[in-house]
Amino acid sequence: MGGDEAGPVPMDGHDFALWEKRVDALMVLCSSKGHFTVDGLRRALEDMGEDAFEKHSYYERWIAAVNQNLIEGGVYSLEELATRMEAVAQRGTTYGEAAHGARPHSHDVHDHDRHDHD
Amino acid sequence: MVRGRIRMTCMIMTGTTMTRRVRVRALVPPGHVRAPAYLRGKTGVIERALGPFGNPEQLAYGLPAEKKPLYRVRFTMAELWGDRAERPEDTLDAEIYAHWLEEVPDHAP
Amino acid sequence: MPHDHHDHDHDHDHPHDHGLSPSGHPYRQDDDAPLTYWQRMEIAVRELLIEKGVTTAAEVAAQIDLMDSRSPANGAAVVARAWTDPAFKARLLENAGDASREMGFDIGPLHLIAVENTAQTHNLIVCTLCSCYPRNLLGLPPDWYKTRAYRSRAVREPRAVLAEFGLNLPDSTTIRVHDSTADMRYIVLPARPAGTDGWSEVDLATLVTRDSMIGTALPRSPQTVAQDG
Repeated sequence: MGGDEAGPVPMDGHDFALWEKRVDALMVLCSSKGHFTVDGLRRALEDMGEDAFEKHSYYERWIAAVNQNLIEGGVYSLEELATRMEAVAQRGTTYGEAAHGARPHSHDVHDHDRHDHD
Repeated sequence: MVRGRIRMTCMIMTGTTMTRRVRVRALVPPGHVRAPAYLRGKTGVIERALGPFGNPEQLAYGLPAEKKPLYRVRFTMAELWGDRAERPEDTLDAEIYAHWLEEVPDHAP
Repeated sequence: MPHDHHDHDHDHDHPHDHGLSPSGHPYRQDDDAPLTYWQRMEIAVRELLIEKGVTTAAEVAAQIDLMDSRSPANGAAVVARAWTDPAFKARLLENAGDASREMGFDIGPLHLIAVENTAQTHNLIVCTLCSCYPRNLLGLPPDWYKTRAYRSRAVREPRAVLAEFGLNLPDSTTIRVHDSTADMRYIVLPARPAGTDGWSEVDLATLVTRDSMIGTALPRSPQTVAQDG
């Protein structure tokens, strides 16, 4: 990427959405806990190819990279992810419904130990 | 080439600084490479040694990583972009691992 | 200068309370926007990580708060001290990470290098390989820093890029671009503006903008501050 030709620098910024803040937090926490490194994230981002830049926003690419590294690290399986993503989609059509829906602990700020979930 | 690289590694380990000019190896492997493409084959000078860090090319794949010496290397814009440089004496500093660098003797063209 | 700016409907009651973003605006209200594939992924990944015991909801919330607490004001305080304390400045240029920690900033394992602007030299920071940034000191980077345009062109035509930011440097100034390709993170130590003799650290810090510590701007001048009131 360095040295490639490109257009003017886009100057507009945006406030961070909660889900983006969460992606960032997961990236920091999981790397600090040794599940992957910045190098693994960079490699996953590169492997997405050039057009990932056009099609996906910054945090969309980063959650994909975080997820890729976690699956490679065996933290959870692709099947577990797919099943959960489907369950999340069933909770509603907005982020609010999907994040606050069936899993209240995914939002509240009380400390929790591991739960048993089916 | 190989002899130059081995000699450079020895010089780095013994701390001698007979010459500080280095060239980034012009290799193009697939996969995650820490030396950016725009610097490969380019010659610069060592701005400072940064010490040993885990080899990112191993860390990128979740492998155990040996520590490798890391350097800040300074390139002129003229070296990188030739006639297209806005101002030839402007510079670009990047961090490059020793295994990506080969020594350039002072008498080399 | 780029703004962070959104207008939203605030007629929904939201159970979460994350206050204001560092730009001083409420978080973009995405709760009522259509759920995207990637948001589903974030929710799923986060829940799985909590269920597997990798993290907790409280830890995630605390990390968000920690990141929110980091802002360019931290870097501005470090710069202002360097402007007033020559011994601190020397330590900063020797090891910016240790110097920042001296001031009480917990920047974690970051390796930080401060590069000094002078009358002859102007520094510019970029990360061509992803978007590395001294985030533990300055907070999250601006959107433009992460764009393909900035990352591609800053190493090739820094003067043209700076001109887009409204900064035109003379030919007598050497530009040094720093590409944080490995483990180092960089902060620019801007040159202290003229007309600030005798200013306190606190007042000097108000002149130090985020962009002046990345290198796409100069610090504010006393005249600008006087005009702004």
